[in-house]
Amino acid sequence: MLELILNQVSRWAIPALFFTFLFLGWVRRVPVYEAFIQGASEGFYTAVRIIPYLVAMFVAIKVFRVSGAMELLTRFLAPLLELLGLPAEVFPLAVMRPLSGSSALGIATELIKTHGPDSFIGRLASVMQGTTDTTFFVLTIYFGSVGVKRYRHAVALGLLADLTGLFASLLICRHLFG
Amino acid sequence: MLNLIWLFLLLGGISVAALNGRIELVTETLFKGANEGVRMCLDLIGLMALWLGMLEIARQAGLIRLVARLVRPLTVLLFPEVPPRHPALGAIIMNISANILGLGNAATPFGLKAMEELQKLNPHPDTASDAMCTFLAANTSCLTLIPATMIGVRVAAGSHNPTEIVGPTIFATGFSMVFVLAVDFLWRNFLRARFRRLKKC
Repeated sequence: MLELILNQVSRWAIPALFFTFLFLGWVRRVPVYEAFIQGASEGFYTAVRIIPYLVAMFVAIKVFRVSGAMELLTRFLAPLLELLGLPAEVFPLAVMRPLSGSSALGIATELIKTHGPDSFIGRLASVMQGTTDTTFFVLTIYFGSVGVKRYRHAVALGLLADLTGLFASLLICRHLFG
Repeated sequence: MLNLIWLFLLLGGISVAALNGRIELVTETLFKGANEGVRMCLDLIGLMALWLGMLEIARQAGLIRLVARLVRPLTVLLFPEVPPRHPALGAIIMNISANILGLGNAATPFGLKAMEELQKLNPHPDTASDAMCTFLAANTSCLTLIPATMIGVRVAAGSHNPTEIVGPTIFATGFSMVFVLAVDFLWRNFLRARFRRLKKC
């Protein structure tokens, strides 16, 4: 039942949102086409402004992963994470998640395929992936787009968010599926 | 901080590749990574244009202002230095809503718009303001109602109950959002002053 509702929600969300915006615009006599063009033309410049930041981040993260340094870091952090009760199989996911969304998704998919979607590890990987965010990516492009160079406590807060999400996932999965 | 992390990733990566005898991979990966960064941006251009266009219609129709008024008690608390009618709040709300609904590709354009508006209020343009840090904390810890991507992966892997992760995800993201925003609030209002005084002693 819940599954049916959720599937319908994700099918309808965007069309419904567009319909609402356009319909309200029409009712409130907004020149919708002109307004759209006006907003859309800003999009191009913002996207182009973040190219250098994206290139810098992608290059660093890819080199770090391809070289095998990622594996080393995971192995180095393993005892610490094990102490906190995280299964060894999900370490790479936990370490990769703040750095690269697509790589983390790749690792999570791999874990789900190997251990089965309904295993503890499969469920934990699913929840972890949905719970944490690509913090470095978000920081880089959000601050990069406006030229902020000193990030102050934003980095610490972002990583704290990932860490909290990680352990909240572990706790709830232990409790429900453990 | 990011300087150090970036340096660590690159120097660490190159050193490990050298030690592993895979140095030729570095060259290839550097070029590939650079291209991928640009390609990602090209993908973003269309999405940015589409969503910012729709956002402008919503703004001119007064929809954003209406939503902003509804959540004002919360935004006044979290973003005390942003004037209650400032357009930054509208963009922040749209970004958070898109995150909550799992519309990842709509969240980025709204988020970049929010940063642009916050930057207009920032007295030191090269340094992140308190409001920016709070906004990023809210963004990265954001509550997720429908983890659509992961449900999709689980369906593809033949799960018996692909949506059973919805409840745990709501719990875990809700918890981390409240926790991180509380930490930020305490830091801004109480801890930072004390920390500074300690340092002076």
